[in-house]
Amino acid sequence: MEPILQTQNLTKSFGHLMAVNRVSLDFKEGELTSIIGPNGAGKTTLFNLISGKTKASAGKIRFKGDDITKLAPYEIVRKGIGRIFQITNLFPELTVYENVRVPVLARKRETSRLLSLDRSLRDVNEETSRILGLIGLSEKSDITCNALSHGDQRLVETGVALALEPVLLLLDEPTGGMGPEETDEMVKFVRGLNENRNITIILVEHDMRVVFSISDRIIVMHSGGVIADGKPDEIQADERVKEAYLGR
Amino acid sequence: MEKSRSIIWGKNRFYGVALALLALVLVPFFLSDFLVVFATEMLIMVLFALSFNLLFGYTGLLSFGHAAYFSIGAYGTGLFLSRVSPSLLLAFLIGIVFSFIVAFLIGYFCVRLDEIYFAMLTLAFGMMVHAILWKWDSLTGGADGLVGIPRPKFSILLATIEFSSIPGYYYLTLVVVGICVFILWRVSRSPFGLVLKSIRENHERVEFLGIAMRRYRLGAFVISGTFCGVAGALFAPFERSIAPDISFWTKSAEPVFMSLLGGTKVFFGPAVGASLFMYLREIISGYTELWMIYLGAILIAFVIFLPGGILGFISDKLNAGRRGT
Repeated sequence: MEPILQTQNLTKSFGHLMAVNRVSLDFKEGELTSIIGPNGAGKTTLFNLISGKTKASAGKIRFKGDDITKLAPYEIVRKGIGRIFQITNLFPELTVYENVRVPVLARKRETSRLLSLDRSLRDVNEETSRILGLIGLSEKSDITCNALSHGDQRLVETGVALALEPVLLLLDEPTGGMGPEETDEMVKFVRGLNENRNITIILVEHDMRVVFSISDRIIVMHSGGVIADGKPDEIQADERVKEAYLGR
Repeated sequence: MEKSRSIIWGKNRFYGVALALLALVLVPFFLSDFLVVFATEMLIMVLFALSFNLLFGYTGLLSFGHAAYFSIGAYGTGLFLSRVSPSLLLAFLIGIVFSFIVAFLIGYFCVRLDEIYFAMLTLAFGMMVHAILWKWDSLTGGADGLVGIPRPKFSILLATIEFSSIPGYYYLTLVVVGICVFILWRVSRSPFGLVLKSIRENHERVEFLGIAMRRYRLGAFVISGTFCGVAGALFAPFERSIAPDISFWTKSAEPVFMSLLGGTKVFFGPAVGASLFMYLREIISGYTELWMIYLGAILIAFVIFLPGGILGFISDKLNAGRRGT
């Protein structure tokens, strides 16, 4: 089967630093892949390259066979690659409802309506309410996001991920800053996206318990390159990984 | 419970707007000519401030060059009336179309930048427009500007309406400003308006939701500049003479003050701010030539003690009351 996402010799250098160095990876549709590695290994830069936030110095990125290397972030999102950020990155003074509504409007291509009253768009209203129900924040829909708890803000982020209806979802440390219970909830949510909605998922994560329980495949990065790539048990047994990363 | 309250709130607002409109219609019947002239200028400045705030309060972009679109609208209209034809309708259209074109050209470059870089670039373009109006003697009249702009009759089909009188021009201004404010209000409440607010909150994130952020910024810039042009178009036959000082950067600072005074995050905030600004200026300048010092002190006090502006403060209180806190 053709890979859904493919990087070919993907490289990003900042001056002399090779943040991502000739990385060639194939991602299969429906797979849940985790990317791990010490700080500065190039994980976030790789995400930035795929989502169009930074432009590659060399190499190519293909999504469903199309070259997306030079596309703007919004064009990449429209192709079906969604991204959820590491630091909670919402619209702080907009309400929960509006935070979820903007991506719904964007996906339905209704954002350029100038004169119609926003609340009159029925299918957008219904879709927004449905998503708020799914993430359990219907009661808090009129509260501005800066007044929410950290956990609820992460829930809004997941609502945004649902609203975008991506084919491929990039998750940047989805359990970052969460307690054990919240972490379990998030793991369940990510698994649900992957299994029930068949969304291909790539995540960067530091919590090894999460990584090894959730992943179909694990990629280990170190100094901008890939040093190991395989199933969780293969990674656990890999000598180089133990040496470079797990420190055993 | 929450819902029924919001309906009452909505009804109150409807009555509020109806009452305000009625008061505005009755102005010429009860006030002296001097005050009707003052009210006309106030309406023009309200439109200037509200259209500026679509970019400032809603999109989060502080322009320091909005006098450019105001003065292009004014010069376009004034030049057409005094040199080409005394048709008010055509003259307005010319002024508005010119400010639209200029806003598009300048906005195209400015929306690529953020924050202070955006502000500085709009200031630079604004100064260029000022220099052109000031130096292009043969067209604009140079430092003297345009003098004796006619205020002609307005004919539609068989009906002719007289706008040369003070109340006549007041009503024309009221109708045009009313239509423009209604359009701006709809824009602020539209899906487009919501995208503008999300750009203000987090412009990087907007791109990752699949929205071509810059196009929306440019859209806001052009709409804002064009409606400033409408304000300028109304201003030229109102003043009957215009000079390049209406394009100077101090004129660009006025809608900034007005918006901050009234509140940038409430739609009608800048309207309240514009009215208060003009009222204070009128009162204080009657006592002293140093009115800027006093007006400045008042503005500083507002920015420090009422950071949300007057309407921002009131709406916060009302919302707190509604939530029962």
